[in-house]
Amino acid sequence: MDSALIPKGVRRCPLGHFVLFLAVVGAVLLWGVFAMVLCWIKGLNQTNMNDYYGFALWIWADLAVIALGGGAFFTGFLRYIIGKDELKNIINYAVLIGFICYSSALLILAIDIGQPLRGWFIFWHANVHSMLTEVAFCLSCYFAVLTIEYIPLILENRQADKVPFFHNLSHNMHEIMAVFAATGAFLSFFHQGSLGGVTGVLFGRPFGFREGVFIWPWTFFLFTWSAAACGPCFTILVTKITEAVTKKKLVKDNVIELLAKISGWMLLTYFVAKTIDTWYWASVTAPSMGFFLSDFYTGNPLYGWWILVTEIVVCGLVPALILITERGRKNKTSLVVAVVLASIGVSLNRWVMVLQVMAVPVMSFDNWAMYFPSWQEIATTILPVAYGIILIGISHRYLPIFPQEKELNPVD
Amino acid sequence: MFPFIFEWIWDMSHIVFMGGLWYALNIIGIGMTYCIIKAVVDTYQGKGGHHHDEACECGCDNHH
Amino acid sequence: MKKEHEHKAKKYGMVIDLDKCTGCGACMVACMAENNVPFRADETDKLLSITWMRVYKLTNAMPFPKTEICYLPRPCMHCEGSHGHSPCVSVCPATATDYSEATGIVSQIYTRCFGCRYCMAACPYHARYFNWWDPVWPEGMEKYLSPNVSPRMRGIVEKCSFCFHRYQLAMEKAHYEGRHGLEEDEYQTSCTQACPAGAITFGDLNNPHHAVYKLKKSENAFRLLERLGTNPKVYYTSSRKWVRQAGDNYLRDEKDNVIDKSKFRN
Ligand code: SF4
Ligand code: SF4
Repeated sequence: MDSALIPKGVRRCPLGHFVLFLAVVGAVLLWGVFAMVLCWIKGLNQTNMNDYYGFALWIWADLAVIALGGGAFFTGFLRYIIGKDELKNIINYAVLIGFICYSSALLILAIDIGQPLRGWFIFWHANVHSMLTEVAFCLSCYFAVLTIEYIPLILENRQADKVPFFHNLSHNMHEIMAVFAATGAFLSFFHQGSLGGVTGVLFGRPFGFREGVFIWPWTFFLFTWSAAACGPCFTILVTKITEAVTKKKLVKDNVIELLAKISGWMLLTYFVAKTIDTWYWASVTAPSMGFFLSDFYTGNPLYGWWILVTEIVVCGLVPALILITERGRKNKTSLVVAVVLASIGVSLNRWVMVLQVMAVPVMSFDNWAMYFPSWQEIATTILPVAYGIILIGISHRYLPIFPQEKELNPVD
Repeated sequence: MFPFIFEWIWDMSHIVFMGGLWYALNIIGIGMTYCIIKAVVDTYQGKGGHHHDEACECGCDNHH
Repeated sequence: MKKEHEHKAKKYGMVIDLDKCTGCGACMVACMAENNVPFRADETDKLLSITWMRVYKLTNAMPFPKTEICYLPRPCMHCEGSHGHSPCVSVCPATATDYSEATGIVSQIYTRCFGCRYCMAACPYHARYFNWWDPVWPEGMEKYLSPNVSPRMRGIVEKCSFCFHRYQLAMEKAHYEGRHGLEEDEYQTSCTQACPAGAITFGDLNNPHHAVYKLKKSENAFRLLERLGTNPKVYYTSSRKWVRQAGDNYLRDEKDNVIDKSKFRN
């Protein structure tokens, strides 16, 4: 029925199946939308946040999706600026995933603020010294860039492309895409970094505070770096999941392996930098404020040493070692294990840099504070996932996302 | 965000920060304006009217 | 001599004598009434209660008979910060909280704050509170609200202002009377006046004629979390060493350390 919209030369599941899939995921989406409306109408008392946990699940979700969506800027950077041409076969998907991640982040932010109707104050009354201002500006601008990168894809839909204006527009946008990609990389460098700066500058919070250069704490650079390392891993992971779901090979192995190799080296160097940072913080920064490392990891039910080891070794060093070795990248299982670990690692790092910062007591007579999100918070955090799945489903069905699909899956 | 808002101060931090912002916004804005205007001109010149099955004569990534 | 001080920037602050504080909580009540602080029918969850002034209970964690208790009232410290940045002011993305160079008071602009709560994450003293609910007062009580302080709406952050409206009123009066400066007793916070033990002293830390000027220099004076570089304007005094040390964090093996802070936590 919708065959006129489906790209030529590829096979898609029957429309009925597709609609059923949309309905199931759509139900989850509606649940999230319901929770979102509750939060907007009744206010943030719908959450389990409190005066110790002003930043909680949502801010974590924001930081995590932006790190995972980092695949878009870094792949774009590699493809357009460094000139790794093979990556053109995965860049569309990286852009789509980035688009989903960033639109989700903006949506979550809109739910998270106490007075959503005043959201524009962050631009209008901008305090240029605040990391959050930098985040807001770069995030919105970069979202515009991602939209610009996504539009030509939409225009390449078989029917849209028949309209000469759309064809020309998409062609022209492709022509100067390098300019947009460069702007995107510039913006991403700053907002990924300033997200790291959000906690790094909090000199009242010894667990999060880091020294640095000029106005930027070390976390600024670590966040950009880890996003560039783990974002592409997430792109690979989603590609593998899509291949498993559609039961088709969509991207050639050499493309995936190239991206995996670059990620591996980024991750390894990140591991080294993160280790040095942790060591310096544990032995110089925190003690100067009167804290031992053990003060941060003991005396509470959740945040033990395991979290430090999991984040840095299990989800940092291990995937890095897998990805830099040829055998590791070529073996399907170990590749998937590595990208899963890397994605978990970066998410865990963001968790630590938001939630654990709030949990650690600072005044000597204060207590650890624990928190578990309310269902409304969980639902609104799952909402973007459902939205992402739907957008990927629709985009995959109707748009030529994977340039190699035809070649890899010839229709006889 | 704009110099006419009262908390604006002409200091280094504002110039650097807002300079970066407006620089990026301008590139995005000018880039998109260029694409759209050129697309309109191209359309009037009769480009892009080929049928989908043919390769794009302009050599872009589309349908390759 | 006096004229000079009148022109020097003021730096309002407090000195709280912890040996005098009995933990009665009169300061907390006075603050809530003075500043129209909203409350709910059920205030059992203290992490959701708005208490601009909050009295903490400290113990030296020693077994009987060496057990000692100390009550510590904690308003906003109106931190000056170390590199020209208060912890909370520099992070607010919308310039909704500001450090006044004229008075040293950290203000909160309720109509500008959009509730991102970044400032709460930045404040190590937990002096900032979010309005999780719309303020609702028991029937008839709205008649008792202070007309000098605007009530706050849901979804924004509020905190102790050192009763700034009192400063404004006093300055207005002085202006009409043709005076530039204020006498020490012309501007006092509500908690200071309410304390039956006289534990709180309030004044201009820069003015040698004000009591706080001398008190802050006492050898028993300390500030909370000085090591972080927040540079607070609330000083505490106590003759007890463990109380003074509870004000900051020390490494276990540090010279002179008498406390094991892991035992403090309850
Ligand atoms: S005590 Fe907290 S709210 Fe008050 S000035 Fe210091 S950091 Fe800001
Ligand atoms: S909650 Fe309000 S005062 Fe605090 S940082 Fe956000 S906008 Fe500023």
